[in-house]
Amino acid sequence: MVGFLLRRFFNYLILILLAACVGYFLAASSLNPRVRFEERSAQPPPAVVDQALYALNLNDKTPIVTRFATWASGVVHGDLGKTVDGDLVVAELGQRVGVSLRLLLLGSVLGGVLGVLAGVVCAVKQYKLTDYSITLISFLLLATPVFLLAVLLKLGGLYVNQTAGATIFYYTGEYTPGLSGGWWRLATNRVQHLILPTLAVVLPSAAFYSRYQRSAMLDVLSSDFLRTAVAKGLRRRQALLWHGLRTALVPMVTFFAYQFGLLLISDAFVEKIFAWHGMGEWFIDSVASSDVNVVAAITLFAAVLLLLAGLVAELAYAVLDPRVRDR
Amino acid sequence: MSTSTPTPVGRQAPSVATPNQPPEGHSVSRHRLVLRRLVRKRVAMAGVVVLVGLFVFAFVGPSLSQWGYESQDFDAFLAPPSVRHWFGTTQIGQDVYVRAMRGLQKSLVIGLLVAVFSTGVAMVVGGCAGYFGGWVDRMLMWLVDLLLVLPAFLIIAVLSPGLRGRSWLWFVALLAGFSWMITARVVRGLALSLREREFVQAARFIGVPSVMIIFRHLLPNMSSFLITNATINVGGAVLAETGLSYFGFGVQPPDVSLGTLIVEGTPSALTYPWLFHFAAGLLILTVLAVSAVGDGLRDALDPHAGSGMTC
Repeated sequence: MVGFLLRRFFNYLILILLAACVGYFLAASSLNPRVRFEERSAQPPPAVVDQALYALNLNDKTPIVTRFATWASGVVHGDLGKTVDGDLVVAELGQRVGVSLRLLLLGSVLGGVLGVLAGVVCAVKQYKLTDYSITLISFLLLATPVFLLAVLLKLGGLYVNQTAGATIFYYTGEYTPGLSGGWWRLATNRVQHLILPTLAVVLPSAAFYSRYQRSAMLDVLSSDFLRTAVAKGLRRRQALLWHGLRTALVPMVTFFAYQFGLLLISDAFVEKIFAWHGMGEWFIDSVASSDVNVVAAITLFAAVLLLLAGLVAELAYAVLDPRVRDR
Repeated sequence: MSTSTPTPVGRQAPSVATPNQPPEGHSVSRHRLVLRRLVRKRVAMAGVVVLVGLFVFAFVGPSLSQWGYESQDFDAFLAPPSVRHWFGTTQIGQDVYVRAMRGLQKSLVIGLLVAVFSTGVAMVVGGCAGYFGGWVDRMLMWLVDLLLVLPAFLIIAVLSPGLRGRSWLWFVALLAGFSWMITARVVRGLALSLREREFVQAARFIGVPSVMIIFRHLLPNMSSFLITNATINVGGAVLAETGLSYFGFGVQPPDVSLGTLIVEGTPSALTYPWLFHFAAGLLILTVLAVSAVGDGLRDALDPHAGSGMTC
């Protein structure tokens, strides 16, 4: 079991290294930070631009392989280079990772739980009104791109606020800047900011899981072992939870790693629309400002998160399916 | 679930269908059977009707209006929907209806092209990996794993500065180039099991070239999966296209797509709702219709598969 996990881990590790390299080469060859320097209001002489770009390891006159070598040796020592403005990437990364992780962790956990619950309810109440309405809602959610959902949630929040005559939902930033008061007030303020963006992340992934969970659960419901469990005297609810759901969860694990990749992308939309200063927003902004080192760092970050999601999926497999543990 | 009245499969063939000569008569009646099953699904048929309607509207619609795509009405800035302008006008007097149809056109075409191309790539890669096995398989699956670790969205966004001033077909190529991986995995799995079947073995032993075996024997045998998958991918491609266009990484200015229209309309979604809601509604309707058709196709082609949407 441990050997199996270790093998998977090394496999992923090599993939991440490769992904990071590909990410750097793509960013360095596609983005051109030189334009940004040349277009400054007091146009600097070419030599100055060259010097500035060289100091940031962004000069396109240096061969790309040399630039990559400089970058890679920095990364090994925990230095991800500098932004086009000359700040350390690592410093800003530290601030932004927390913001994104808050959104992503809550999003993936709540999305998973909600999706599994909805799927199970659908399967148990197959062809009843509950099933049809959950199915309809999930199809609508799956047909709505995240940015549209986020904008609609924002509009909905605005409407609720207007109707209630008070600010219940906030939709810009993580907290109201300059707010003073006890911790209770600060905490509620944060929660008020958190609700809409989290919903924008949670709803699509819950809809995604619920579809697969429904069909997995339906397969299990008609299985012999569940009938046996009921026949030997378990109550229906117990049999469903301990024998049915556990088996039906196994295929879900495969989708978790895949869904996490999609979550990273929806993170970018949600942060941009709700003005959270996290990784997603940073990525979009730095592609626009041709910030090669930042884009490379974020690609690395995304690959690492995907690796962790993959490992969590493998572990969950082992927990749910005893046959995997014996390998 | 299946409301199967016992349908006589071989009724169309007037000759007596002896069990010894199945090929042609059988394949015709299978197509009919699938079609009949599909027609019986109300939701899927509704999806087909909506999709056909959207296509017709997207291509014929603009010529029904007296306004051209680039013409401006200087008497109506930000006018709400009326008889004169069916979906209202924009800040500079452009007709929202014509623009929405134009955007729908582009989104639908991109969706279709990406789905077809990515399924094509997945067929070739997955088929080769599954049939040849060994180091070909290992290399190709490594490539798939690598591309899955790098989210397609990030790569296309990074490459997007190169798209400026180029044709939108480059964007289609990029989208298709980064959306075939998961399908390829499934195709490989199917090819692995088909490879061991007698008819493939027989073809190999009488010396049919490998390429021929893959394209004439392996892939046609998974056509139901491929068709369903391509259909579902249309929806995914439309969503990916609009998402990337939302950030300006996709369809570039002189062209419009539903994504760029929604971006333009978002700031005025509350004050001038017609700028936002028509494009958004068309987008949701398109993807919904595609997924309804995809689901119906899956059920019709493979009645034993667990179905997503049932009615």
